Amino acid sequence: MPAPLRRTALHDRHVTAGAKLVQFAGWEMPVQYEGPAAVREEHMAVREDVGVFDVSHMGQIETSGPRAIELLQRVISNDLARVPVGGAQYGVMCREDGGVLDDLFSYRLDADRWLTVTNAANHEQDLRWWTEQARAGGYGAEDVEVADRIEQYAMLAVQGPRAREVVQAIADAPLPARMTVASGRIAGAQTIVCGTGYTGEDGVELLLEPAHAPHVWDELVRRGAKPAGLAARDTLRLEACYHLYGNDLSVRRGPIEAGLGWCCDEATGFIGSEAVRAVREAGPAEKLVAFAIEGSGIARPGNEIAGGGVVTSGTMSPSLGVGIGMAYVPAQRASVGTRLQIDVRGKMREAVVRAKPLYKKEA
Amino acid sequence: MSDAEYPDELLYHPEHDWARIESGSDPDSLEATLGITWFAQDALGEVVFAEPPAVGTTVTQGAPYAEVESVKAVSDVVAPLSGEIVAVNEALTDSPQAINEDPYGEGWLVRIRLSDPAEREHLLDVEVYRASLGG
Repeated sequence: MPAPLRRTALHDRHVTAGAKLVQFAGWEMPVQYEGPAAVREEHMAVREDVGVFDVSHMGQIETSGPRAIELLQRVISNDLARVPVGGAQYGVMCREDGGVLDDLFSYRLDADRWLTVTNAANHEQDLRWWTEQARAGGYGAEDVEVADRIEQYAMLAVQGPRAREVVQAIADAPLPARMTVASGRIAGAQTIVCGTGYTGEDGVELLLEPAHAPHVWDELVRRGAKPAGLAARDTLRLEACYHLYGNDLSVRRGPIEAGLGWCCDEATGFIGSEAVRAVREAGPAEKLVAFAIEGSGIARPGNEIAGGGVVTSGTMSPSLGVGIGMAYVPAQRASVGTRLQIDVRGKMREAVVRAKPLYKKEA
Repeated sequence: MSDAEYPDELLYHPEHDWARIESGSDPDSLEATLGITWFAQDALGEVVFAEPPAVGTTVTQGAPYAEVESVKAVSDVVAPLSGEIVAVNEALTDSPQAINEDPYGEGWLVRIRLSDPAEREHLLDVEVYRASLGG
C-alpha cells in the first residue's frame, strides 16, 4: 500500500480556495486554484502583479560545523567558499560520472552554517548522499552536522513585480537583495527571507515554522498576492528556462550538457568534477536548448526530434501564446535559429531554437 | 463555466463525449455535431490547444479522432458515432478555451455525416450518462 500523501501546513487554505490538489513527489499539492482559466490567471498575476506559491514540499538540509564547507564543496558543484554570510548560490549535485542527482540553492546563514533547499522528490536521497559523503570523508560529529530540516520549514514563494512591496509591508526590516538571505519577522513570524525564485520575476522565498504559515499566507493574500499552483509555477519557470529536475536534469546527463557549466567549479574537487571537466574540455555531444513551436501545437516531454534529440519540457506559454519547451539536441544543432522537427504523437511540428530565456521582462 | 451541465437533447458516449443529431437533416444523410462534455472539460482543466482533423476524415464510434490539450495533459477525444467529417470548428485554433466556457455551443469540435445512424442505440441518454458520473 502506498504511503499516505503528506500535506503542507497550508492544506486547509488550498481546500478553502477551491484548489485542485494533485499528488506530487509524495505530497498533496495545489496544481491550480478555482476557475476555468485559473492557470493563465495565476501565471499572468505573477508576470504583472504578485502571486504566492506554497512550496513547502521542497526539502531543506542544514549543514553546520567547522568543516561544513569541506563537505559542501564535495557534494555541490559550485564554489560555496566564495559565498559571503548572507549570500545564496545555485549548484548541482553530481555522481562520480557527472550525472546530475539534484539541483539546489544553498544559503549561508552563518560563517559555519548553511541551509540547502532540495527538490521534494530527491530530498531523502540527497540526505543519504550527504551523510554517506560525510562518513566517507571521515568527518566526525564535531566536524560537520547534517540535519534534515524539512519538518521545520514551510516555504512560500512570493513572486512578481509587486512581490517585494507586498512582503515589505509586513516585514520588520528591509528585505534582502536578490541572491542574498536575511532573518527577520514577516507578519510577526520569525522567517528566513531569501531573495530568490523560480519564475523569472523579482520576489522572495520565505522559510518559516509551519505553524505560522497560514497566518503569513492570509496576510499576503489579503494584500493582493494571488494564490498560484504548480501548473503556473511550471509555465513560469519554463518561460524563464529554469531547469526542472526529473525533466531537464537527470542522472543520465551532466551539467555541461544541461547548460549549467556556469555553476560548476571543477577546481573545488566536487564529486563528479573530473567527469564534468572532461566534458567541458571535449565539448558535450548534446546540449539543452530552448525552442518555440512555429505555428500550432504543443510539444511534450518524450517527444522525439528528427535527426536526434528529445523534448524534456514542453507547454503552451501563456505569456507568448505559442508552444515552448526545452530539448536535448546534438551539439551541432543547438545554435539559436536552428530549425527542429518535433514528432508530436505522429504529427511533425516545426520549431526553432531560441535564445534563453524564452521570456524576458522588458527593461 | 461554473456548474455541471448536461443538456437533455444530447446523446452521450461513456468516455465523456456528446453528439447532437441535427434535426431537419435528410434522413438518408443524417448529420451530428460532436464535442466533449462538461465533465471532460472540467477534468482536463483549461484547454490550451485543440486541433480537430480535416474535413473529409472518417471517424469511428469509440475510436479517438482528435486531441485536446490542457496545460498539463493531452486527452484523446473519442467519436460517439461513426461518419465523415463535413465541418470542423476552426475557431478553436484561436480560442480553444471555448471548450471550457461553452462545451455544448462554441466549444463544438466537428460535424459529421453519419455512416451508421443505428449506432445511436449504443449511446446514453442524459439520465444514464449522469448516473454513470456517480452521485
